[in-house]
Amino acid sequence: MAEKKKSWKEIPIGGLITEAGNAENYKTGGWRTFRPEKNKIKCINCLFCWMYCPDSSIKVEDGKMAGFDYEHCKGCGICASVCPVKCIDMKKEVK
Amino acid sequence: MTKKIPLTGDQAVATAMKQIDPDVVAVYPITPQTEIVMYFSGYVANGQVSTEMIPVESEHSAMSACVGASAAGARTMTATSANGLALMWEVVYIAASLRLPIVMPVVNRALSGPINIHCDHSDTMGARDSGWLQIYCESAQEAYENTILAVRIAEHKDILLPVMVCQDGFITSHAVEGIQLFDDKKVKEFVGEYKPANPLLDVDHPVTYGPLDLQDYYFEHKRQQSEAMKGALSILPELFREFEKTFGSKYDFIDTYRLDDADIAIVAMSSTAGTARGVVDELRKNGVKAGLLRPRVFRPFPREKILAALKNVKAAAVLDRSESFSAEGGPLYTEIKAALYDSAIKPLVANYIYGLGGRDVFPEDIKSVFSDLSGILKNKKVKIPVNYLGSRE
Repeated sequence: MAEKKKSWKEIPIGGLITEAGNAENYKTGGWRTFRPEKNKIKCINCLFCWMYCPDSSIKVEDGKMAGFDYEHCKGCGICASVCPVKCIDMKKEVK
Repeated sequence: MTKKIPLTGDQAVATAMKQIDPDVVAVYPITPQTEIVMYFSGYVANGQVSTEMIPVESEHSAMSACVGASAAGARTMTATSANGLALMWEVVYIAASLRLPIVMPVVNRALSGPINIHCDHSDTMGARDSGWLQIYCESAQEAYENTILAVRIAEHKDILLPVMVCQDGFITSHAVEGIQLFDDKKVKEFVGEYKPANPLLDVDHPVTYGPLDLQDYYFEHKRQQSEAMKGALSILPELFREFEKTFGSKYDFIDTYRLDDADIAIVAMSSTAGTARGVVDELRKNGVKAGLLRPRVFRPFPREKILAALKNVKAAAVLDRSESFSAEGGPLYTEIKAALYDSAIKPLVANYIYGLGGRDVFPEDIKSVFSDLSGILKNKKVKIPVNYLGSRE
């Protein structure tokens, strides 16, 4: 988040993005007020959270829900809302 | 050299477009630009150009299609007038901010309302802050030549901004003039093959056009536009020289007539300059030291050129064929006055709004302005800064 921002001479003209897939470099985790946390006992790995997450911030390993990408998760809470077993809690970020 | 042939301003521009043979023309007809579309669509139908012509349903769509085509990597042109330009508005700014080198002949016409189809500059003057370069043409010959030149200006790698080539509606667009056309091959060589900077169709180098640009970078992109526009001031002379070398016509940001030793001068753009030139000659015969300054390039604003041209002038009248409703005078006047502020020697300056909605400007009108200037010179004072020339009291 604190990387040095570039000058007008160093960026592509016209607001163009000339590098594919660089949205990943834009860290939006700092926007979060509430932080999703998983209760591992209840999770049935249905991956509804992965399907619904608008920021592709649900990590999946071997077909199983493997946590959150906190660098990009904005804390919208959709994952907690759609979870059929209510295993995701939204907890206030404490800085 | 080919011989002169009789053409209207619209035909001259359509002929330039034929010779340029752009990849895409997305355009909607509107008086008095209609003949450009009419003649050009004829060239398309007859197979005289290889252009993909997109007959759109509105000017908003015309400029949108131009943005898409230009971003894809196509050499793109359109043309419009008045309300057509107004309907394009949103996308006119987008074309400039995406740095797309679109060339657009604009046939100047009064903006509604009340509805009027005749010449004034309210349409393009309204777009003066949209980030497009603007060239104002006195004659059909100039409109023809500037259309060709504009392609190179817009596509210059250090400019990459769209260009409007403006001519006076009906006065220039519909009057027949003897036009010296350039050789097709020479025009083709001059405009060259278009090498787009960041074409969407280059799948090996994917690029995103128009992403969200917020507080952290939007300002830097606007700064780039400002610098490109300022940079155009030093790049244009190279292109003027190359144009002169290729075609023999001399261009500059401004045109002057008997101005070097003039005490009083008129500043006017486009066709009115022709009328003023005749009056200058007449006054000179009677010993009045009158002169004319005609800015041809209005964006970027050629400040230094204008200051140098006016340095010996004691009183000047700036003629604006549009009203900006700022209660401060027309756009050309306010910008010239602002430029003169830093100048050590400056003329007394008055403003004349004239010719709105196609109201004719006669030599008598120009003479009355010079006569006012003589009074200003005598009294060393501008009594009425903003005047309405030809409007009934």
